[in-house]
Amino acid sequence: MRHIISLLMENESGALSRVSGLFSARGYNIESLSVAPTEDSSLSRMTIVTSGSDDVIEQIIKQLNKLIDVIKVIDLNDGQHIEREMMLVKVKAGEAEREEAKRMADIFRGRIIDVSEQTYTIELTGTVAKLDAFLAAVDSGWILETVRTGASGIGRGNRMLRI
Amino acid sequence: MELTGAEIVLRCLQEEGVEHVFGYPGGAVLFIYDEFFKQDKVRHILTRHEQGAVHAADGYSRSTKKVGVALVTSGPGATNAVTGIATAYMDSIPMVIISGQVPTPAIGLDAFQEVDTVGITRPCVKHNFLVKDAKDIAPTMKKAFYLASTGRPGPVLVDIPKDITQHKAEFVYPETVSMRSYNPVTKGHPGQIRRALQLILEAKRPVVYAGGGVILSNASDELTEFVRMMEFPCTNTLMGLGGYPATDRQFLGMLGMHGTYEANMAMQECDVLIAIGSRFDDRVIGNPEHFSNAARKIIHIDIDPSSISKRVRVDVPIVGSVRDVLQDMLRTLRASRERCDAAELESWWKRIEAWRSRDCLKYDRQSPIVKPQMVVEKLFEVTGGDAFVTSDVGQHQMWAAQFYKFDKPRRWINSGGLGTMGFGLPAAMGVQMANPGAQVACVTGEGSIQMCIQELSTCKQYHLPIKIVALNNRYLGMVRQWQEFFHGNRYSESYMDALPDFVKLAEAYGHVGMRIESPSDVEGALKEAFALKDRLVFMDFVTDQTENVFPMVPGGKGLNEMILV
Repeated sequence: MRHIISLLMENESGALSRVSGLFSARGYNIESLSVAPTEDSSLSRMTIVTSGSDDVIEQIIKQLNKLIDVIKVIDLNDGQHIEREMMLVKVKAGEAEREEAKRMADIFRGRIIDVSEQTYTIELTGTVAKLDAFLAAVDSGWILETVRTGASGIGRGNRMLRI
Repeated sequence: MELTGAEIVLRCLQEEGVEHVFGYPGGAVLFIYDEFFKQDKVRHILTRHEQGAVHAADGYSRSTKKVGVALVTSGPGATNAVTGIATAYMDSIPMVIISGQVPTPAIGLDAFQEVDTVGITRPCVKHNFLVKDAKDIAPTMKKAFYLASTGRPGPVLVDIPKDITQHKAEFVYPETVSMRSYNPVTKGHPGQIRRALQLILEAKRPVVYAGGGVILSNASDELTEFVRMMEFPCTNTLMGLGGYPATDRQFLGMLGMHGTYEANMAMQECDVLIAIGSRFDDRVIGNPEHFSNAARKIIHIDIDPSSISKRVRVDVPIVGSVRDVLQDMLRTLRASRERCDAAELESWWKRIEAWRSRDCLKYDRQSPIVKPQMVVEKLFEVTGGDAFVTSDVGQHQMWAAQFYKFDKPRRWINSGGLGTMGFGLPAAMGVQMANPGAQVACVTGEGSIQMCIQELSTCKQYHLPIKIVALNNRYLGMVRQWQEFFHGNRYSESYMDALPDFVKLAEAYGHVGMRIESPSDVEGALKEAFALKDRLVFMDFVTDQTENVFPMVPGGKGLNEMILV
């Protein structure tokens, strides 16, 4: 099953490689991984989307907790949460595609953030499933380039990950 | 007062009470070596290879309760140390390894003797650091010793670039360490301990399965009291030998792939399994699915939460230091005086005694060729069961584990997790250095001993009177055994041809060499060797080439599917 694991770690050089090294050394899956400093610049927050049986997820969380730089780990799937991913898509926007591309961007509440004679660059935010749906809805021949941030997640309401 | 980085390194070692550092100099650590020269509080032991230095620091740590320290240079110094570091990591040995690094401006430029030491060692250390400022050396060293020796212990590496050892900084050694990301648990959860005790007291067929965690947390007294108080049978893992006295009637011997029949049968047939500081390793429980098919309740005490329910689901996990948890349990048991059903326990012991009567470790005692088992038995007798015994890896390691009865912890020193050939001799050096005057034997094979044989020179320099017991069967015995059992007797590359004359080799290094070819000479040779208290003696026992280690649980099989003699 797909899980979103969120963690806080010391914002030190090499910290990211300790996490990614752990996943490759132990054969765990990484669907996506995103990391950036928090409002406290000594801390980094990382979101890892992974999949595995309950036993594997339990081991992943224990192994992450064991890393000396890691301060706190939660499995967002243990409760209500929100996830978002951002994607930039460059699509063909010549005479033939221009109207339809604009309409698709609007339907998916995307914003066109760059325009050239032959292309649009569309910014889309949403769940991973929504971004996948956009890519499936657009004629695949129109898609010139995509770049995705990987999912970020946060607990709903009073559920927080902080020290 | 401002000191150079190199001076700070030495001051940190002194503050930590380090008496011996095992190492090998090189360009990146020259300033640190210069400081060694200028002081006499910390003694440096020059090995002949960085692998030897790290194993020696490891043996030093295992035989004491101290953190072992090794010092190596950058590049090949660090890569040579990796096998030693991984060995210590797999067996959770507290060590601090200091490695030199190229000067900070040269990092990343493919400088001479540059490797990414922090990157290379990351998967085989508890933690590592690259120090980028001389003022960070002291706090980093403090953290390194703290991390190495607390929680589940392990090796910690500190990589120090050469320019940092020249730069000056104010030296203040921190008195305490606090890390928001590292707070190891020691006390077990009282509710879990209560649940465990309830299960223990209801047990009809209990077994205590104790591992290296008992040794590491210095809990053999607590374990022994618990086992005797409850009149339970107890088995030790390879790493746990000496945790419970092996000559005691309640001891079932080692369990696992080459464990005794009684220990393995009891593991499979018990109704309550009390796992203490052990991790259900593949060499211990065989096939995990087969193991889990038996209906039994499992209590698991371990300091590392990630060891719990990793290979086998357990019913009552207790995270905490083995020693603290056992003390809490003993306190309750002493007060309550409640015990298990005596009649049930008696009939369980009857079954165990029936398994024991199979005498699974029997071998041909009348053989005209030297039997390796007999050599170890005689070693036990001649040393009064009181020696420190290190080993390498293979058949000789298993025979040493089966036939030397360890009554005390920290006497059996071997590479259990990583299985590192070449470990035995350098580890014995560390043991002898830490325990001058003690009897130290290195049980080895003609294959393993050649992997770090250069350390014979170190032994000469530092007058280390180790007794090398080489069980020389001219085969990589364990490989040959597997080829015999599972590869149709095709002995691919397992025969050791063109062996050196070990007697002459020992003599060339300035030691005493002996070759023993007849069973009747075994005891006399051992006595003669141990009487030479100030000399290293290399005993080359020419043993039976066809001998195999029994019992054996073949890979993928269950514990009760052993091959017996």
